[in-house]
Amino acid sequence: MTNEKKMVWTKKDIIGLEYLSKEEIEHILYTASSFKEVTTRQIKKVPALRGKTVVNLFYEPSTRTRISFELAAKRLSADVINVAVEASSVRKGETLIDTGKNIEALKIDIIVVRHDCSGAPNILARSVKASVVNAGDGWHEHPTQALLDIFTLKSKLGRIQGLNVSIIGDIAHSRVARSNMWGLTKLGANVTVCAPKILIPEGIEKMGVKVTNDIDEAIRGADAINVLRMQLERDAAGVFPSKVDFFKQYGISEERLKKCKKDIVVMHPGPINRGVEMSSGVADGQNSVILEQVTNGIAVRMAVLYLAAHAKRQ
Amino acid sequence: MTLKEKAKILDKDSIEKALKRMAHEIIENVKTMDDTALIGIKNRGSHIAEKLADKIKDIVGKRPPVGALDITLYRDDLTQVSEQPIVHSTEIAFDIEGKRIILVDDVLFTGRTIRCALDALIDFGRPKQIQLAVLVDRGHRELPIKADYVGKNVPTAIKELVEVRLKESDGKDEVVILEKAD
Repeated sequence: MTNEKKMVWTKKDIIGLEYLSKEEIEHILYTASSFKEVTTRQIKKVPALRGKTVVNLFYEPSTRTRISFELAAKRLSADVINVAVEASSVRKGETLIDTGKNIEALKIDIIVVRHDCSGAPNILARSVKASVVNAGDGWHEHPTQALLDIFTLKSKLGRIQGLNVSIIGDIAHSRVARSNMWGLTKLGANVTVCAPKILIPEGIEKMGVKVTNDIDEAIRGADAINVLRMQLERDAAGVFPSKVDFFKQYGISEERLKKCKKDIVVMHPGPINRGVEMSSGVADGQNSVILEQVTNGIAVRMAVLYLAAHAKRQ
Repeated sequence: MTLKEKAKILDKDSIEKALKRMAHEIIENVKTMDDTALIGIKNRGSHIAEKLADKIKDIVGKRPPVGALDITLYRDDLTQVSEQPIVHSTEIAFDIEGKRIILVDDVLFTGRTIRCALDALIDFGRPKQIQLAVLVDRGHRELPIKADYVGKNVPTAIKELVEVRLKESDGKDEVVILEKAD
């Protein structure tokens, strides 16, 4: 009987999907489906993390991810503290490790960290006994976003194995893309990444993904597309002369969607640049699961916090 | 730790008989089944709740609603258990507000599971009454909890284990006492 299986969760930290096995990813997804039921109750709160404290340590501005983590922790009955970089001693020159040690001295159980430097959560996890959950680091990983994308996809289409999934947009600068690539390939999906040449890192095909610069090729036959946010104001500046040009060449419009499978699943990690990476018609259309992703994000983060907090340490 | 089977205390027939008797007791006790629902504690309690609902239907002609409750998140030993319990979904498709709920489990032992289940259940609403039905009561309570309907009272030693095996999860219906071999 499948639901009688036991799994000993040993990871105190969730840093990236690169470091999780297929079985561990599936276990998070299964646990998240149980937590999803909790989020549909009248009383959306369970005592699983009662008496534990979670600190959201954000070195980069974020609204949706922080709120999602905060809600997830609160629905597990944990106490939550938010630390934003602007208001903290980091500006006075404290190092990441010192900050971690100080947080630990306050007897915090879980540190949710977002950092603009790739690898910062790895360093933090090594230097503290508390659990560390990565909420996005540089261009490296954003594991909970990919987990919620995969969770949403699985609940829509019933499986991941054998699905054709295309990730479209700024692959080079996207931690969401990287985490999705790790997770989807581990679960047996056929992943295609699509972007202008300059936004595709060299050697990316070694991750087991197909690479194309042709948007129509990427969406043809796809069961799902994950459209990334174009950060034209930042990382992707200078690649395209204008937003209009990008939309013309790579944006998902209603016309383009007509060439796809009728029941294609359209995802976006948000916030959407309407009229840049996708049209409003697509974002609000039948195929879009963008708001379901937001809802599922809480269940997935509850699962991640629960598992990390109760990990059997070696 | 190895376990050795010591005695079979119920076989398929005696489980059937016990459930049938419990169904009669429930019907006699609650007067009307219209405001009554069964909620089994996952996993084996929910299988027993289903069986019990079938027996009630055989007698009164109508099957009461059945739900399944997962109590993992309410356990008071989450930080102590060696194997992290898997979190399953709770499936209660009806409103428990104002209803008489008969909580169903396989074995009543320390009473801690039932304490968790009461907490969990009350998060779904305010039933007018909660009763408890168990297939086996093996004693050794650590909390002031008592069953309203019992399939079989089995005096046990604390080092023994009572295992309820059901067709749905284990391939056959039986209840055995196991003893730690070391």
